[in-house]
Amino acid sequence: MNSIVSRAKELLENKSVQVIVGFEAGPTGKARPAFVTYPSKTDILIFDERCVQNLAVYLTKKEVKQFGKIGIVATLPIMRSIMMLISEQQVFAENIEILGVSTEGKYLDIADIQVMQGYIEKCDLSNPSNDQETLAMLNKMSMQEKFDYWQNELSTCIKCYACRQACPMCYCTRCAVECNQPQWIPVQANTHGNMEWHILRAMHLAGRCISCGECGRACPVNIPCHLLTMQLADQAHKYFNVYAGTSEKMSSVLSTYEPNDKESFIL
Amino acid sequence: MAEFEPKVVAFVCNWCTYAGADLTGTSRIKYASNVKIIRFPCTGRIDFMLLLKSFANGADGIIVSGCHPNDCHYTSGNFHAKRRWIMFKELMDFMGIDMNRITFSWVSAAEGARWAEVVNSTVDRIRKLGPYVSYKQMVNTTVEEEVINE
Repeated sequence: MNSIVSRAKELLENKSVQVIVGFEAGPTGKARPAFVTYPSKTDILIFDERCVQNLAVYLTKKEVKQFGKIGIVATLPIMRSIMMLISEQQVFAENIEILGVSTEGKYLDIADIQVMQGYIEKCDLSNPSNDQETLAMLNKMSMQEKFDYWQNELSTCIKCYACRQACPMCYCTRCAVECNQPQWIPVQANTHGNMEWHILRAMHLAGRCISCGECGRACPVNIPCHLLTMQLADQAHKYFNVYAGTSEKMSSVLSTYEPNDKESFIL
Repeated sequence: MAEFEPKVVAFVCNWCTYAGADLTGTSRIKYASNVKIIRFPCTGRIDFMLLLKSFANGADGIIVSGCHPNDCHYTSGNFHAKRRWIMFKELMDFMGIDMNRITFSWVSAAEGARWAEVVNSTVDRIRKLGPYVSYKQMVNTTVEEEVINE
């Protein structure tokens, strides 16, 4: 991707950003995040199908913020994360420079947040198609089957919280699981506590999940925990007709309301 | 074996349902004694984790009740609660946790008879469903696992 490299070089040379967050090829053949601060080092930046990580997670880290203005290589999920972070006032539009990449892997010239918003609105924002299939399969199961499925999956959780660390929307410096007054989530990994943790995580991301699937990819024991948040992203769209990360002004589903919200189960 | 008596926990808001339940009592309407009422300032205060914790601690059914929409003492607490319960219900359905065991309702301070009806119908339903075995099993195996590990 020469245009990403040349744009990154240009931004660093004229000092409009202090760091570029992008991808480089790692020693094992995988892509890994790169933080480039010198124009001469921009040649390491790559973009190909290996580059799937959601880089927006680094925007809220103080180690990255300390550089100053950040340029970030952004695909659609990363753009939506940035939009969400701006709407929740975790990052500020004037501190971000976007090096856009389309879903086909083409360089996109994104001058500012309004242009990015326009691009996001034109894209398909539903869950990735392979996850949609799994969701449809799970939704067809009976209640007991679903309960057994999740009990089985979640029993392997080791409570490493990689799902939380990988998620750009999980930026709280003091997470609910670290509170011990009251202790909502038991410290040790056991099936029941694991289930409570994943319910808590999914609920805190309800209507904020931008369906990047990073939590599922980050999981060292391959729990498909991204399905939980994606299911809620689906439902938030069904009930409230919103997709997360589409506008810099939106507030998330659970922090707002409409008097005429429809439901069928409250007597 | 004696007939199964369900344990039902009711999370109610201070301003409507709690006063409504009080009216049920002062009107001398009898209702099932299986319910344990916990008073909250507002339905907006009722965290979904409290519901999970009551199942974990042996509840077979749960009632969540507060002011009718537009009647919230704090203007919008119940609207926020409504959205939260919509999301929570969808997540629970997706994970296979039995939502038939949770009754959500709006009961105002004037609806003493309605409160009795909500409690009685919930207790009847839970009695038919029986104890929440699958959730209790999960909690108990967890406890056993820990004993073995020790």
